[in-house]
Amino acid sequence: MKLLTHNILTSKCLKGVTVGYPLGIVAKEVKVNEVEFNPEFISRMIQKVDWPALCKAAENLGHLDNLPPAVVDDYENNEEFLKKAHHFLMEIEVINGDLICPETGRKFPVTDGIPNMLANEDEV
Amino acid sequence: MSGRPEHQAPPEIFYGEDEARKYTRNTRMMEIQLVMSERAVELLCLPENQPCHIIDLGCGSGLSGETLTEQGHVWTGVDISSAMLGVAKEREVEGDLLLGDLGQGLPFRAGAFDGAISISALQWLCNADQKSHNPAKRLYTFFSSLYGCLSRGSRAVFQFYPENSSQVELITSQAMKAGFTGGLVVDYPNSTKAKKFFLCLMTGGQQPLPTALGVDSREDAPNCVTFSQKRDRMKQLRAGKAPKKSRDWILEKKERRRRQGKETRDDSKFTGRKRQSHVW
Repeated sequence: MKLLTHNILTSKCLKGVTVGYPLGIVAKEVKVNEVEFNPEFISRMIQKVDWPALCKAAENLGHLDNLPPAVVDDYENNEEFLKKAHHFLMEIEVINGDLICPETGRKFPVTDGIPNMLANEDEV
Repeated sequence: MSGRPEHQAPPEIFYGEDEARKYTRNTRMMEIQLVMSERAVELLCLPENQPCHIIDLGCGSGLSGETLTEQGHVWTGVDISSAMLGVAKEREVEGDLLLGDLGQGLPFRAGAFDGAISISALQWLCNADQKSHNPAKRLYTFFSSLYGCLSRGSRAVFQFYPENSSQVELITSQAMKAGFTGGLVVDYPNSTKAKKFFLCLMTGGQQPLPTALGVDSREDAPNCVTFSQKRDRMKQLRAGKAPKKSRDWILEKKERRRRQGKETRDDSKFTGRKRQSHVW
């Protein structure tokens, strides 16, 4: 599961959850891949991404490194910023761990890079 | 063959380890999925040369996702079968995968995606696989959550196999209730083999539906079967042998019996004579 996917995931399908975002991450295994950089795509995704949630996630994974704390002005033309954003959104992958609902504490396990978002019948 | 897959078992059981492997190794299946995926992406009407963030609903082993990757898009896939997702992982598809039940709703933030495709999956939502399932409610939960996580102006295209018109009615009514506009596009409507159903849903208010393929009879239809009646008749003619029940056939059959040493009446001018037709 890439951090881009984590950034858009919520637990709001569960009963009793209002926002369900952002999901906490406890990771047992994290991988860093090399993914082709597409500045146009990253530029558009930055508009959708919740940056503080991305920082929190990177921190939980212990991969905070040199992630800028906020989106800079005129990021569309700032290739260095786009490259950093690309690295965090697309190249860091959670392989094993848990995602945690911030309102109920319910855990969604991540196995082999795939989060299990299946809810029990009594939870929806 | 016992008919439609969704009548045999719920999808997470039907698409177990063996079926998942078979599905993804079957070259004919892969070819069909590829063509349908490309058509679905075409119907999405995405802005040209722009990489988009797409959700693949019922992504299975990633066959349709590969079309998205090929066209330069970034995608996330959701499926209920862990076996199918396992095959997708083995094939190292580019998209991120999620194990989830579409009928429980999509767990994504508002406006997360620029478009959605779904190939051969929607019909699975029309059946109650558990006692507690209410298909109409699950369809509504699915469509309303999908509506929420699509950015304004984007579309969702579903290729699916409706069992009957009331299923189409059920699906479209829940989609409209959830706020979508749009409708059904049927490619090659006059061919049983090539006919394909695409539900095209839009979020940006009423827009004209894309035109279906194979509707103009002069159009070159690669998968279209023409003159199907003539083909059936040709199949019925027994190649090289006499047609059944004719005098020649009866004489041949009697010869066969004699060669087998069975007791057979002698041939005469009355053998295989035309009887007066009567109502049985």
